[in-house]
This record gives sequence, structure tokens and C-alpha cells, in this order.
Amino acid sequence: MSAVVTEHDDHHDHGPEKGILRWLFTTNHKDIGTLYLVFALAMFFVGGTMAMIIRAELFQPGMQLVEPQFFNSMTTMHALVMVFGAVMPAFVGFANWMIPMMIGAPDMALPRMNNMSFWLLVAGVLILASTLFMEGGAPASGWTLYPPLVLQTGNALPFAVFSVHLLGISSIMGAINIIATIFNMRAPGMTLMKMPLFVWTWLITAFLLIAVMPVFAGAVTMLLTDGFFDTSFFDAAGGGDPVLYQHIFWFFGHPEVYIMILPTFGVASTIIPVFARKPLFGYSAMVVATVAIAFLSFIVWSHHMFTVGMPKAGELYFMYATMLIAIPTGVKIFNWTATMWKGAMTFETPMLFSIAFVVLFTLGGFTGLMMALSPLDYQYHDTYFIVAHFHYTLVPASIFMIQAGAYYWLPKWTGHMYDERLGRLHFWLSAISVNILFFPQHFLGLAGMPRRIPDYAVQFADWNMISSIGAFIYGGSQLLFLYIVIKTIKQGTGEKVSDEVWEDAKKHGLEWTLPSPVPYHTFTTPPKIIPTEHI
Amino acid sequence: MIKARQVLTSIALMAFGLRSAYADYTLNLGKGVTQQSGEIYDLHMWVLWVCVFIGIAVFGAMFYSIYHHRKSKGHEAAQFHGSTKVEIIWSIIPFVILVVMAVPATKLVLELDDVQDSEMTIKVTGWQWKWQYEYIDEEPSFFSNLDAASNEARQVGSGIDPRTIPNYLLEVDKPLVVPIDTKIRFLFTAGDVIHSWWVPDLGWKKDAIPGFINEAWTIIDKPGVYRGQCTELCGQDHAFMPVVLVALEKDEYDDWLDNYPENGAASYPEGTWESKAVCAGSECTKDELMTIGETVYSNNCASCHMPGGEGLEGTFPAMTVSPIVTGEIEKQIDLMLKGKEMMPAFNQSITDVEFAAVVTYTRNALGNSVGDMVQPSEIVALKSK
Repeated sequence: MSAVVTEHDDHHDHGPEKGILRWLFTTNHKDIGTLYLVFALAMFFVGGTMAMIIRAELFQPGMQLVEPQFFNSMTTMHALVMVFGAVMPAFVGFANWMIPMMIGAPDMALPRMNNMSFWLLVAGVLILASTLFMEGGAPASGWTLYPPLVLQTGNALPFAVFSVHLLGISSIMGAINIIATIFNMRAPGMTLMKMPLFVWTWLITAFLLIAVMPVFAGAVTMLLTDGFFDTSFFDAAGGGDPVLYQHIFWFFGHPEVYIMILPTFGVASTIIPVFARKPLFGYSAMVVATVAIAFLSFIVWSHHMFTVGMPKAGELYFMYATMLIAIPTGVKIFNWTATMWKGAMTFETPMLFSIAFVVLFTLGGFTGLMMALSPLDYQYHDTYFIVAHFHYTLVPASIFMIQAGAYYWLPKWTGHMYDERLGRLHFWLSAISVNILFFPQHFLGLAGMPRRIPDYAVQFADWNMISSIGAFIYGGSQLLFLYIVIKTIKQGTGEKVSDEVWEDAKKHGLEWTLPSPVPYHTFTTPPKIIPTEHI
Repeated sequence: MIKARQVLTSIALMAFGLRSAYADYTLNLGKGVTQQSGEIYDLHMWVLWVCVFIGIAVFGAMFYSIYHHRKSKGHEAAQFHGSTKVEIIWSIIPFVILVVMAVPATKLVLELDDVQDSEMTIKVTGWQWKWQYEYIDEEPSFFSNLDAASNEARQVGSGIDPRTIPNYLLEVDKPLVVPIDTKIRFLFTAGDVIHSWWVPDLGWKKDAIPGFINEAWTIIDKPGVYRGQCTELCGQDHAFMPVVLVALEKDEYDDWLDNYPENGAASYPEGTWESKAVCAGSECTKDELMTIGETVYSNNCASCHMPGGEGLEGTFPAMTVSPIVTGEIEKQIDLMLKGKEMMPAFNQSITDVEFAAVVTYTRNALGNSVGDMVQPSEIVALKSK
């Protein structure tokens, strides 16, 4: 017995395997986290290239660069790649890296499944990307894949459906893993109400994923059988209902947008206290608000469909329920502001991104409130106003906080400090250009420009050109981010970072008690949780 | 050079906030031309100002804090971390604001839903990619396509500057004509995929869904030409099926109605090829069919099969020496009547004359010279088969 234990201990500090096999077969949460993040970054540039094509065609009126059908493929694929290939995997990457380190666990609860969910993601996204080269082109009916239009897709339809299935399985497995880890692997003394907000937001996100990914898979399966096996789920001529699809889709789709925003909230709640040198204000209120937002996300889906012709009772219900979301979201924004209040703030890159997130996400929240009012939505719906709205809640929110998280944790992961001067340059370029890009789209929508059009009437020309210029600057700035990340991984600024990295960070989370760079295996024996208030 | 100047102007505008003399930098929703659109505008402005006010309060506090509570100014961090009282206050205040917003919004929902006492009804059907208008209990019934000038300019690489086209992409061959001061009920449906009918000046849009009939209503206050677009992605030419609504004084409208279809389009005195009633009710000559066919082709087919008939490799088959277009004529007609995959069925969306014309045209132009032709009467016969 004791011999076995000794032998085990001898192998305790083994590092990773060498070469490509390390990455193919790894079950280490840090390696898998890295894989997710690298993949997400690659897809961010793929989806970003598509956005650049869109903005280049919209640079001026008239059709200059691409055929309308290809333009529609670009808007569709841009959304699918960004949602399923970039934003969601990036947050799963953070979850893999940070949740075990934040709760004092040695690894994720289900390491082999962890590996499988990553590689299924890659398979799913590659299948989706392959449709770009198929006869009939990639799906071009918008990421919502509304029938009957989506049934006019060429050979790509079954591949897109299968890709959604794989992405769904991957997400569900990832979510199960996260829930199992959080419920079973917390260090002694790490009670639920002591967990960092990032862990809390991911716990709730994981439940959302498990609840809605199967719904999406079901919806696209019905598309598949309508398209190839003569069913009529969504075909009125066969007794089906095209609007039914929209209900099912948005029952998935609305929680899906919170799947992208809740971990964003988690990262912000992690970063802001560190740089304000104050504990997070209203920890329990933050947890309750997150749960409330998640709950509301299940009962508001039809606000995406105010123009399909609903009974007025339904319309009023969905309007009131949607307006309620403003309350827990407001609580979050007030709490972040109160966290900064009377702090001793410094403005390193992660904090700059976090402050920009709070401000710009609030703008997205305001337009969300405006659109919740259904009579107003009759005007806003399917115009550039909504395009501006959801990009404000995704780009300067999710993308900004993913990059903030990268700046915040990279020194811990690599042991190298990023170049602060370049980081701030990246921030200012991004924060300014993102507003040049998306703010004018509010005006375009209010002036009457529909979304998803490759060409427009000449009165929309000026704001479109400004928006496109913003897009090119924003897109170009992200190459700087790529450069900073690569440089940090290689050698950074050259100075050795401390274990804490950020001043007094130890007060804010277990991960900062570990050495920098973090060893391959951490918390093989559970850490002692200091019995203070929440951390 | 024009492009370069545009770019420079845009940059200058961003830098100095100037308004250029010719540019159209619309910032806000319009008030529209109905009571409802005015009420929607008022609610929009009111909610916008509430948001601006909340924004100033929250961002004001945040920026005050960012300025004063910074380490570089030697500010010591306080260590408070929560207050149930404060959390309750900032949950209740927004709730009250929401209730105040919900009241006028609810009133508007109920008002917009009430189609009772309508004086006339127009059925609107969305097709890929045109609108069909049928006046219930009246004679007019027609399709409304993107106008020829916009259609020509919007082809990829047309080389035509859209700025030289009046109402580029917002003009149709035949507009919807309605009277003012009349409660008009609209019924919406679609023939293929989902479309959405939007004229911003009316204050609303409504989806046109195959198998469904949606309702909406309006009373237009002043005469004018009001323009809008399809707002639900409906395929590749989604951007190219505008809505043009001509609102006339009641007596002018009655006049238009009495003379329909001779002056099919009141505001378009030059008429279109269709309203000239070419070879209606009799045998057409091949020349007549070819002339009509060319327009039908450019309005309905050219966006996929390309103006020269070369198609788009891998996506849209070429017309030129296509086995279908140069093969048996019945098979071509059959395919066009039924549609196939991305290609919509044309059994209802074009007239029999147009149908015969475009069949004849494709077989004898675009690099084909089959030599045969088909009469509208034969199309009628094949349709009933």
C-alpha cells in the first residue's frame, strides 16, 4: 500500500507530454483551456474577416465586391462562427483554466470528456466552415436559419445541421463537466456563497447550456426532416407552422445570448474589485441578479418576434417580462459602479477594458429596453438599430471582457508580463473604433435601413461609410492584440512576474496564491480557505 | 476621385462634427404620417430621454469615481462591500420607471391591434422578390417590382453610380395607391418564404408569412409618396423588393380607381410595358414576346442567372446553352411553373403574357437560338393541366 503511494508521489510532478500528442490527448484542464482559447482566437479572426467583407461591400451604395447570395452567406457565417466558434469557446477556455484554480481543485471533474468536448467543437466548426466550399454555397438564411428560406439552402443544409448537433454535444459535455466540477471539487471551506463570481456565472451558464442546446438541436433536426424526409413541421401547406420554428429557435436563442453575456459579467466582477482595491460590492445581490437574469431568459423569447402577428395578450406579456430584465441587469451595473466608488483605482489594460464594458454594455442595455416596448419594436425590428444593439452587447461586452481576461490572466499562466503600453494602445484603438463602427448603426436603423442587405438607398451612404471605416480600424487593431498575446507567451516584457501579479490580488482569489507561471498540476492537495467573508 | 472625396468628408465629419452641405446624416426616427406613427415617435423620444437621464446619473457617478478615487491621487480604498438597503432601493426605482413606461406602451399595443371599422382592405402577398397587392372588393390587383433603373444599377459591377438613380432601391414599377383619411386594413401573407412589409412613415412593419394571414391598419394623414423595404431576410434579393405607397386625396384616389387599369400607376404617367397591354387576349408576335421577355428576364431572372445568362458557377445554372432552356419547351415551362430548390415557382407571380414572353426570350437570346416560341394561351392550358 505505502509503496504504491510513494511511487505515485514520484510521478506527481510530471509535466506535459512532448509534441503534438500533448495537445491531441491532453486531459489537463490548463492544456484544454489553452486549446479552447487558441481556437477561439483563430475563429475570431475568421469571423472577423467575414465582417470585414460585409463592411467592405457596405462601404458605399451599389454592389461592388460580392454577389448578394454570398453576402448573405457572410452575414450568416459571421454570426455562427463568432457565436459558436469564438465567444462561447473563449469562455469555456477561461472556465477550464480558472474554475479549478479558483475553487482549489486539481483539475476538472471529467478530464477525458473535457478533451472530447474540445475536439468535437473543432469538428463541428470545421464542418460548418466546409459549407463555404459546397455547391449552392454556405447557409445564407441568417444564423437564425428560419424556414422556409433555410430550406432553399443547397448541399450545405445537412452539414450545417450536423455541425449544430456536434456543437451542441460539445457544449453540453462542457457544461456537465463544469457543473460536476463546481459541485464536487471545491476545496473544503469553499462554500457556494464564497465562490468567486466568475465561477457562479459559469455555473448558471452551464445550466442554461444544458437546458437549451437540445432545443436547438431538435429545431434543426426538424428542418432536416422537412428538407429531406417529407415532414411538414414548418410547412403550412402540409399542416405545419413556420412560426413554430421561430418560437423553438428563440426559446434556445434568448438563453443563448445570456450564455455569452453571463461569463462576461463574471470576468468583469473578477477584474473590477482587484483594480479598485475593494471587495466586490453586493456579492449576494450579484449572485441573485445572475440567477434572476437566467430565469427571465427562459420566459421572454417572443420579444424577438413582435412582428410575426401575436395575440395582444401574448405581446403584452412578452413586453412586460422583457422589461423586467432591466432590473437585475441594472443591479449589476450599479454594483460594479459601487465597487469602483471610493476605491483606489489604477487603470491597467484589464481595468480599462472593464470600465469600457460597463459603459458600453449599458448603452446596449438601454437600446434593449427601448426594443422591449413592442410598439417601438414595430419600428426598430430587423433594422440596423437591432444590429447596433446586439453588437454593443457582444463586442464591447463579451469580446472586450474576453480580451480583458486574457490581459488579466496571461501573466499568471505564462509567468510573463504583457507590454502595458501596447495593451493600452490596443484598448484605446478598440474602444474608439468600436464606437465609430457601431454607434452610427443606431442612426441608420432609425432612419429606416433594414438589416441583412448588401446594398442600400443612397441616403444611408454616409453613416455606412463611417461605420465601415470604424470596422476596418477595429479589425486592424485586433492584429495588435494577436501580436501582444504572442509576445507575452514568448517572453513578455522580460521581467519576472510575482505570484500575485496584481497588487494584493491574493485577497481576491486562490489562483493568485499559486506560483507564476502556474505549474502543470496545481492544488493536488486542497488549499486552506481563509474563513473571511466571500472572496 | 469621388470615393476618395467621400472618405475624406467622412473623416472630416468625424473629426470636426461638421455637417456637410449635401449629405444626409439622418439621426432619428421620423414622425411619420399617421396618428400612430406620431404616438410611436413620442414614446420613442420619451424612453430615449429617460435612458439618457439614467445614463448621465450612472456614468456621472462612475466618472466622478474614476477621476477622484484613483490611487495616483493617493485615494485610500474604503472597504465597504454591500448594503441590502441600497440594493432594494436600486431595484425599486427602476421598477417604478418601467411601470411608467409600460402604461403608454400598453395603450399603443391595444390601439394598433384594433382593425375594426376599416373602410377598405388590401391584401399584400410577399414573393421572392416582389410585392403583390390585391384590393379586396375592388378591381386593382398587381405586382410591384423594383424599378428598372435601380435594377440595372444594382447588378454587381454595373458601373452605374447609384447616386445618379432617383430613389435608388426605393422605387418600384407600380406603387401601391391608397386614399388618405381612410382606415385601411392590410392583410399580409406570402407565397414562398417569410417577408416583412415596412413603411417607416406608417409606424410599423408586419411579417408576411406563408400559410398565415396577418392584419394591420393605418389612416394616413397627408398625401405623399412613402417608401419602405422588405425587412425579413427572404433570400438573395431581399434588399431589392421595396415598398412604395402613394397616398392620394380621396377624390384623386377614386379617380385612379375608376380608370384602373388603363392608368395602372397614377404617379407613373409613362406607364410600364405591362400596362401598355401588349397583345392582350390575342396571339403575340415573336418580336413582341422578345421585347417583353427582356424586361421580365431582367426583373425576375437576371439576379441569379445573370444579365447575360452566364449564371453563377456552383450556385445558379447558366441560361446560355442550358439543356433545359434549349431542350423541350414543355419541360422548361413545367420547371418554371413549379420552381426548384432556390428557384421560386412563377405560376402566380408573373402574368401569362410575361410567362410566355420570358420563355420565348430565354430560348432565343442570351446566346441561345432554339427558334421556337410559346403563346400566352398555351401557358394557360399548361397551367390547368
